[in-house]
Amino acid sequence: MTSVRIMRTRDWAHPVPPARREVLTATPELPDDSKPPVLFVPGFGHGAWAYAEHWLEHAAGRGFAAHAVSPRGHGNSEPAPKAELRAYAHDVVQVAAGLPRQAVLVGHGAGALVVAHALARYPARAGVLAAPVFGGWATLGLALRHNLFGTLPAAFGGKLRLARRQLFSRALPEPAAREYLRRIGHASPRAQWELLRSRPPEEPVGAPPVLVVGTPDDRVVPRSALDKVARRYGGAPLLFPGMGHDLMLDARWPEPLDAILDWLEKGEH
Amino acid sequence: MSTANDSFDPSTTLWRDGRPVYDRRDTVCVVGAGASGLAAVKNLREHGFGVDCYERETSVGGAWNWRHDRSPVYANTHLISSKPFTQFPDFPMPDTWPDYPHHSQLLSYLERYADHFDLNSHVWFGTEVVKVEPADDTSWDVTTRSAGGVGSERTHRYLAVVLANGHNWAPKQPAYEGLDEFRGQTIHASAYKDPKELRGRRVLVVGGGNTGCDIAVEAATSASQTWHSTRRGYWYLPKYLLGRPADQVNDQMQATRLPLGVRQWLAARTLRLTVGDQSRFGLPKPDHKVFETHPISNSQLIYHLGHGTITPVPDVKRFHRSGVELTDGRQVEPDLVVFATGYLPRFEFLAPEILGADEHGRPTLYLHAFPRTYPTLAVAGLLQPDSGLFPLVHWQTVLIARWLRLRDRDLERAAAFWSRASADVGKRWNRARVKDSTRHWFEVNHVDYLRALQGALDELSPATATARSTR
Ligand SMILES: Cc1cc2nc3c(=O)[nH]c(=O)nc-3n(C[C@H](O)[C@H](O)[C@H](O)COP(=O)(O)OP(=O)(O)OC[C@H]3O[C@@H](n4cnc5c(N)ncnc54)[C@H](O)[C@@H]3O)c2cc1C
Ligand SMILES: NC(=O)c1ccc[n+]([C@@H]2O[C@H](COP(=O)([O-])OP(=O)(O)OC[C@H]3O[C@@H](n4cnc5c(N)ncnc54)[C@H](OP(=O)(O)O)[C@@H]3O)[C@@H](O)[C@H]2O)c1
Repeated sequence: MTSVRIMRTRDWAHPVPPARREVLTATPELPDDSKPPVLFVPGFGHGAWAYAEHWLEHAAGRGFAAHAVSPRGHGNSEPAPKAELRAYAHDVVQVAAGLPRQAVLVGHGAGALVVAHALARYPARAGVLAAPVFGGWATLGLALRHNLFGTLPAAFGGKLRLARRQLFSRALPEPAAREYLRRIGHASPRAQWELLRSRPPEEPVGAPPVLVVGTPDDRVVPRSALDKVARRYGGAPLLFPGMGHDLMLDARWPEPLDAILDWLEKGEH
Repeated sequence: MSTANDSFDPSTTLWRDGRPVYDRRDTVCVVGAGASGLAAVKNLREHGFGVDCYERETSVGGAWNWRHDRSPVYANTHLISSKPFTQFPDFPMPDTWPDYPHHSQLLSYLERYADHFDLNSHVWFGTEVVKVEPADDTSWDVTTRSAGGVGSERTHRYLAVVLANGHNWAPKQPAYEGLDEFRGQTIHASAYKDPKELRGRRVLVVGGGNTGCDIAVEAATSASQTWHSTRRGYWYLPKYLLGRPADQVNDQMQATRLPLGVRQWLAARTLRLTVGDQSRFGLPKPDHKVFETHPISNSQLIYHLGHGTITPVPDVKRFHRSGVELTDGRQVEPDLVVFATGYLPRFEFLAPEILGADEHGRPTLYLHAFPRTYPTLAVAGLLQPDSGLFPLVHWQTVLIARWLRLRDRDLERAAAFWSRASADVGKRWNRARVKDSTRHWFEVNHVDYLRALQGALDELSPATATARSTR
C-alpha cells in the first residue's frame, strides 16, 4: 500500500471553478442517526435522475438519507463541455462535504471511477463501486465489440452512444428502456479521453471499506475488469447475474441496492 | 457535547503526589479544539485511537472563534491565504465561497468540520489543561480544571498527548523608554476588535506583519490620522497577481522547481512590474530578498499610502508624555498606539526542557512537531507557513497518528524510523534564508515542509496497511 500523495500543486494553483449542481434527495420518514447519508454518483451520460427512478426512494425507505448528484454537464447541472474528470470528482466531494455527516459514496459505471477519485479527496464512511468502469483499452475493446458504431466516435472525441443491450436485460420493458436511452447524454470529450487513458486513482484517504458490485452479464464491464477493481480494494465483487450494466434502472434493481444497504448496515460503516 | 469529566469511568486508580490519577492509557489526549486540535481528533480517530480533547473555551474554532473574548481576529479579518491553501485537504470549503473568505466563514467551516466528523463528542469544553507531566513509563499525566476556575483539578493518565494550543494568544509586548509617562492610550492588537475604536482618533500602528497592515488599512478609513511604523522594509504582496490569487500564481512557479534564487528574482521582478517601486510611497527598501520574511498579503496598504491616508514612519525610538519619538528624529502625537507586534508561543503547562526549549523558550522539534526524547508527545500547528496552515496541520496530525500506530504495532521499526528522523530535530523547512527575527524561527515554506512530511509518511505507511487489514 503506497502512501497518499500530499503535494497537489494542480489543485492549489488551478482549483476547479464552481458550477451549479443538481442534487436530488429522498429523506427517510423516520430519520435514523445510526445510518450514514448515502450519495449516489451516476455514470457518464447519466444524471441524478437515474437514481431518482428507484434507488433513492428505496434507500430512504430503509432509513438512509439518500442523495444523488449530477456532475457538471450531466442531468440538470450546469453544462460543462470541457470538464475534466477531476471536475466531476470535485463536484462529488463538494456535495459530500456539504452533507451534515460523513457520507457513503456510491458510484456506478464511470461514476465509480469518479467516486474512486473522490475517495482520495474525502474520507468517506465507505465506498461502493457498482459495475465500475475504470477505463483503459480493454473496456474500449469490449465496447467496440458490442457496439462498434456507438463507441467508435467516442474514441476520437465524439459522442459515446450506448445501446440497449449493453445497459439493460431483456426483462426491462421496451418502452422504459427506450425512455432511459433517450435521456442518456454524454460526458465531455476530455473526460472520455481521460477514462480511456485510465490513470489509476490515488489511494483513498481515511481507509474506507470499499465494496464492488456488478453483474457477470455486463456488456460494458468485462468480468476481468470487475475482478481487477475488486482486487485493488482487497475483495471480490458481489455478483448479480442476469442484469444489464445499468443496475439501478434494470428490471431487478432492488437486488443490488438491498445488498449494498445490507453491507452498510452490517458493517456499521 | 460534554462539559465535565465526571462521566469518565476509570478502571484503575493510580496515584501521583498523593492525588488520584484516572487511567485513560488506551486514549490520546489533545489540548485545544482550534483547527489543529480538531484535525488531530479527527485523524487520530480515523487511525483507531480513542481521544479526549480538552478545550478551555465553550466551543470549537480557536483563534477563528470571534465569540471568545480572547480571539485575536478583528471585525474585518479576511484570510490572507486563498481557499485552496486554507482548507483541509479532505474537507473542501464550498467552491461558491470567495477566494479570501471572511473570518466568520472560517468559524462556520470549522463548526461544520466538527459536526461532519462527529468530533464534539470527544471534546471536554470549558476545561483547561494546567499541567502535562511525563508518567513513569511513556504515558502522560494531564491535569485539568474547569476553565471558570471553579471545581477541583483532576488528573488523567494518557497513552500520548498532542498539544494543539495555538500560538497567537500571548501578546509580544515591546518595551520602550518613556512608555509609562505617555498620556495616550496603548493597546496590543489582540485587544483590537472593531474600526469603531479608531474613529476620529490619531492612530499609530506599530508592526509590519499582516495584523499591523490590516489595522493600518482599517485606520486609514476610520481614524483622523494614521501612522504606520515598521522597523524594516517589507515586500508587500498584493492579494491578486495577473487576476488570480497571488499564492496560486506563486505555487505554479514553485512547481517548476526552479532554483530559489531564480524564483526570488522572478517574484521581485513581478512585484516591480505590478506594485512598482515601493520607495515612491515613502517606504524603506526591503532589507532582505522576497520570501525571507513571513509574507504580507495586502493590496490596500499601498493604495492608502498613495492616497496619503496612511503615513509610513520608521521604528519607534521612545515615548514622551505627549508623543512618540521615531528613529529618524521625527515626533508624532497619536492618541492611540496599537502594537501589532505579534505573539509568543507559550506552553505554560509543560516543563520547558521537555520540548527542548532554547534560551529564548523556543522548542527544538523534528518537523516542528516531535520532541527529541519524548516519543509519545507531539505538537500540532506550531508552524508559521507562507501559505494556509490547515493543509500542513492536517498531514502533520496524520503523521502523528501513524507514528503512534507504528509504535503500538512495531517498536523495532519505530526505533529505526526515529533514529533516522532524529538527525532532523531542529531542522528548518525553508530553503530561503529567513530574516533573523523573533517570529521567524518556525517559519516554513509550505512546499519544503509538505515534501518532508510526504517523505516521513511514506516511511511510516506500511503500518497503515496493517492497521487496515485488522480493522
Ligand atoms: C488575525 C489572524 C489572521 C490569520 N489568518 C490566517 C490565514 O489567513 N490563513 C491561515 O492559515 N492562518 C491564519 N491565521 C493563523 C491561525 O492562527 C490559524 O489559522 C489557526 O487558527 C491556528 O489553529 P490552532 O488550532 O493551531 O490554534 P488556535 O486556533 O489558537 O486554537 C488553540 C485552541 O486551544 C485552546 N487552548 C489553549 N490553551 C489551552 C489549555 N491550556 N487548555 C485547554 N485549551 C487550551 C484555545 O482556547 C484554542 O481554542 C491567522 C491568525 C490571526 C491571529
Ligand atoms: N488577514 C489575515 O489573515 C491575517 C491577519 C493578521 C495576522 N495573520 C497571521 O497571524 C500571525 C501573526 O501575525 P501578526 O502580524 O500579528 O504578527 P507577526 O507576523 O509576528 O508580525 C509582527 C510585526 O511586528 C514587528 N515587531 C515585533 N516586535 C517588534 C518590536 N519590538 N518593535 C517593533 N516592531 C516589532 C515585526 O517585525 P520583524 O519583521 O522585525 O519581525 C513584524 O513586522 C501570522 O501568521 C499572520 O500571517 C493573518
